[in-house]
Amino acid sequence: MSLVIRKYCSIVNACINVDGKTAFSDPEQDGFKKFIRAAYRHFETDYPKFFKMDSLSKLGFLSVEVLLKGESISGKYPIEKTGIILTNGSSSLQVDEKHWDTIRNREQYFPSPSNFVYTLPNIMAGEAAIRHEFRGENTVLISEGFDAELIFNITDLAFKTGSLESCICGWVEQYEDNYESLLFLVEQSGHENMVEKSEEDVIFEPSTLLKIYKQEL
Amino acid sequence: MEELIKKLKVEIIEVLNLEEMEPGDIDSDAALFGEGLGLDSIDALELIVLLEKNYGIKIEDPKDGRKIFFSIRTMAEFITENQK
Repeated sequence: MSLVIRKYCSIVNACINVDGKTAFSDPEQDGFKKFIRAAYRHFETDYPKFFKMDSLSKLGFLSVEVLLKGESISGKYPIEKTGIILTNGSSSLQVDEKHWDTIRNREQYFPSPSNFVYTLPNIMAGEAAIRHEFRGENTVLISEGFDAELIFNITDLAFKTGSLESCICGWVEQYEDNYESLLFLVEQSGHENMVEKSEEDVIFEPSTLLKIYKQEL
Repeated sequence: MEELIKKLKVEIIEVLNLEEMEPGDIDSDAALFGEGLGLDSIDALELIVLLEKNYGIKIEDPKDGRKIFFSIRTMAEFITENQK
């Protein structure tokens, strides 16, 4: 069994790339919040709950949305065999701090329920899973930076143990105006539901992930 | 009352992140939950916090929430009756 990257999507520096080609760019937007809102509208995403998400979930959600545009994963694979495995450096620190600000002063103790529900990075994966009805492996792991070995090992293991037949995996990092995401759509080569391997498919292995991250591929 | 209703609409848009809406888009008498604004259970908790934080009113019995949060107008009437 070999795993292939069917498609990949990155969001960094006010630019969204799909398979290395620019799908949306808006360098004039000042800061993450304005950029992500402009990108949401550009891709004509109809999901009002997006606006209620914290910034990390917005980035993860939109990354998955763009990655899966035009794909029919749920039609090809059982939903319980489709998963999402993400890695991230700052966890949910930004919304954690926002929550802390609402509870640090006992005289002004007004925790916001809508902030509190996002004080876990797993919620980002959950939002995408709810939207696309993935019911397979759903994990967010914390690492200091983009870790190709980690992403590969966890995803590869999930395929080898038979837990998954398709997976969205990668890196989604956001803290204030620093943001970066790189997601891969991974499928099994030779799987009955997978269309025949094309020249554009890339072998899913750590060195390839790193090359894509460094934009060397 | 109308001033309070206008203020509530602005506050609700802010705390519930209803970024696509303007105060004028919200019907003062329309249902906030269900078919109205389509708010959810987390939004309901957020409205309870809003009443306490901005108006100093604590809802003692959560069952009262259904009546109080039916619409912007019922919220405004509750605030008017209960604000010290």
